[in-house]
Amino acid sequence: MAATATSTNQVVDAVIGGGGSRGRNGNGFRKNGGGHGDDGLHYSPARYRLGIWVAIASIVMLFTALTSAYIVRMASSNDWTPLRMPKVLWLSTAVILISSVTIEISKRSLQRAKDSQYGMWLTLTAMLGVVFVSSQYAAWRNLARQGVYVATNPHSSFFYLFTAVHGLHVLGGLLALAYLLLRTRKRRETVEGELRRVGAAEAATVYWHFLDGLWICLFLLLFFWK
Amino acid sequence: MAEAATHGEVHRHPAPTSFIRKYIFSIDHKIIGIQYILLALTSVIIGMIMSVLMRINLSWPGSHIKILETLFPQGAPGGVMTAEFYLSLVTMHGTMMVFFVLTTAPQGGFGNYFLPIQIGADDMAFPVLNMLSFWVTFVGFLVLCLAIFAEGNATVGGWFSALGPAWAGGSGTVGPIGGWTGYPPLSALGKVAGPGQGVGLNLWIISIAIFCVGSLLGALNFITTLLNMRTRGMSLMRMPLTCWAWFTTAILALLSFPVLLGGGILLLLDRLAGTSFFIPGGLYVSGAAVPQHTGGSPLLWQHLFWFFGHPEVYIAILPGMGATSHILSTFARKPIFGYRAMVFAIFAIGMLGFFVWGHHMFMSGMSPYSAVAFSILTLSIGVPSAIKTFNWLGTLWGAKIRFTTPMLFAIGFVSLFVAGGITGLVLGQTSLDFFFHDTYFVTAHFHLVMGVASIFGMFAATYFWFPKMFGRMMHEGLGKFHFWITFIGVYAIFIPFHAMGMLGMPRRYSNFGEYEFLKNSHGLVLFVTVAAIITVLVQIVFYFNFIWSIFKGKKVANDNPWEATTLEWTIPSPPPHDNFAGIMPTVYHGPYEFSVPGAPNDYIMQTEPEGAAVSAGLEETSGNGGNGHKH
Repeated sequence: MAATATSTNQVVDAVIGGGGSRGRNGNGFRKNGGGHGDDGLHYSPARYRLGIWVAIASIVMLFTALTSAYIVRMASSNDWTPLRMPKVLWLSTAVILISSVTIEISKRSLQRAKDSQYGMWLTLTAMLGVVFVSSQYAAWRNLARQGVYVATNPHSSFFYLFTAVHGLHVLGGLLALAYLLLRTRKRRETVEGELRRVGAAEAATVYWHFLDGLWICLFLLLFFWK
Repeated sequence: MAEAATHGEVHRHPAPTSFIRKYIFSIDHKIIGIQYILLALTSVIIGMIMSVLMRINLSWPGSHIKILETLFPQGAPGGVMTAEFYLSLVTMHGTMMVFFVLTTAPQGGFGNYFLPIQIGADDMAFPVLNMLSFWVTFVGFLVLCLAIFAEGNATVGGWFSALGPAWAGGSGTVGPIGGWTGYPPLSALGKVAGPGQGVGLNLWIISIAIFCVGSLLGALNFITTLLNMRTRGMSLMRMPLTCWAWFTTAILALLSFPVLLGGGILLLLDRLAGTSFFIPGGLYVSGAAVPQHTGGSPLLWQHLFWFFGHPEVYIAILPGMGATSHILSTFARKPIFGYRAMVFAIFAIGMLGFFVWGHHMFMSGMSPYSAVAFSILTLSIGVPSAIKTFNWLGTLWGAKIRFTTPMLFAIGFVSLFVAGGITGLVLGQTSLDFFFHDTYFVTAHFHLVMGVASIFGMFAATYFWFPKMFGRMMHEGLGKFHFWITFIGVYAIFIPFHAMGMLGMPRRYSNFGEYEFLKNSHGLVLFVTVAAIITVLVQIVFYFNFIWSIFKGKKVANDNPWEATTLEWTIPSPPPHDNFAGIMPTVYHGPYEFSVPGAPNDYIMQTEPEGAAVSAGLEETSGNGGNGHKH
């Protein structure tokens, strides 16, 4: 019983990076570990990474709600007319896939302290992000030219909705990239500042990969799910 | 202490000096917590006034209320409220209370103030996000207030009506008339569905959507702070149960509010963009066919809404459970009974809350198989709830209880939680729900368990932490007076509700005069109204006590007036800007080490160095009690 409890605690602490005072015995639990405390610096990269994963969990729930609605709505009526996919969406998909690669290169350059490469690949990622948003907009224009609007049929409603909500999150990601480009390209003087700079870049990278994966899921759901 | 000092470091953002940065756009979690509490204290006044107006209308139909005539000449011509006006009161009372009272004070208020201190952090993980979370929530509140005037006031309504037919306002209600659940199709159609369903409902959805965003920012902060910023020695199983409650609540908020946000977006699109997510084809409303819409599913909204709505009731009550556990242990001078079981029970309640939303929809024509599944899952929440109740009673058993005001309210919480929760077992059974659905029995159930019990938890928290927040005690005599009248009052209001429900009295009716089978219940209705008015009036005592004590209350004699053990009682009252003055504490003990045999005092602070306890020969006896020390 006690052994199980202890190992559970250790697993929990290992997962979340605790363990400030491992080995101390208090309140009846042996070796129950502890929090980070002030062992770590305040702007530890762990905090940014944790924060962005928590944020992603909530965005996932938002899209879970919307995609559940999509599936239910599709099955519950006979007024569903599938859209003809605007070809430009292949461009969007390719661009956001490539941007995932470029931001990863950018992050790794930063981790290897190659700052000029970091800036270059980051700029490229931001440009690809802008191309993605423009390409999504082109898809909207394309549909509008065919006379397909938000209220035309349920599939088009969901198409506009998904692309808009995803697009808003991409715009948020672009803001984050702009922040990195403007505020944190330079090396910081303090250790804490430097960790914070790297932490912010890592968190933005995780978020950007998430946006990429999210788009792929939405793309598959919208046009390949039968 | 020396060890702690070497690990201390300077706080990362300096104390602000200007009034605006210090008290308005503050990034200090303590100020933000107080802002949330003040927001709740404001919203609750609006919500209570609305409930009194509803009671007056039910007991004395046709009575002339002068002030209503002045404020809402259309909705209450001659001071007599219309049925639609009554319905809009129902909606706005529910919305105000559920979102801006029960979600803000327990989590945003007390959680914000005390979670960082109790885990030994100098602030939240993301202070600026924390500030944003409050101000976003506040904007949501303003938008909801705007809905009152956009529908209730012809002039303001006129401004909105100019925006287009979808924004038609000024219909003489104080908001939408469809209840806080906003069921489509009537909520998706605009003003054709009734007064208040135009701009009022638009603003209602927008307000809720803004509120969702604010809550998500808060939840993100709570989770990251708790996982990342616990001080040296503060293991998860050494956290006060309040922190476990706020943590679980934050997880619920993080995963459920996005679903409501998604539903809100779909509903708003149906209303403004002409889509048909929730609107079926072939509808006739108010004698006219609804063109353009086809194939939508009104039930889809119910699923999305209640997937959020059920966790929401736990968002309201879990912090109250945490505060109650904390306060019961402190004033019983005993370790909380079964700390671990309490942690697992609170988590179990939270997680099970995600799988029971269907019990709000037994009457929607769902398959009996799904209904049975939802019913069994619902009833299974009784298990962790009973664990908690038994552990609270176990904590009180044989204790030398100090009957302070916070303790009275905490015991009151246990009483109300049991009284309100037990009818959950009745309503959770499909066969009984068929009879009780949409009667006052349901109203009685959720008011007792999620409304009043949560509020009692917050009253307990207020009286308990007030000395820490403001450096002065609240008046005990007034507090006890407040407790007894409120405690008797809420039972006097809600026990008769059960009887009315069993008589078959339906919710949301503005007048029962024309129903023969309810003729005999008028005395009951009148009794409830009198009890409600007395209970509301006695809250003035609380407000007076709160404000008076901030300025004139008895100053606290020391940092730990209740002789409690957790970290907030090791620092000055009110705490300094960075909580621990740059010296981060080290934790050696569990949160509820009361009456440890052989110890010099009947409590051991969490920060008391281990050496002291060891030399007193306590190594094997210190514990959270119950199952805490089986090694």
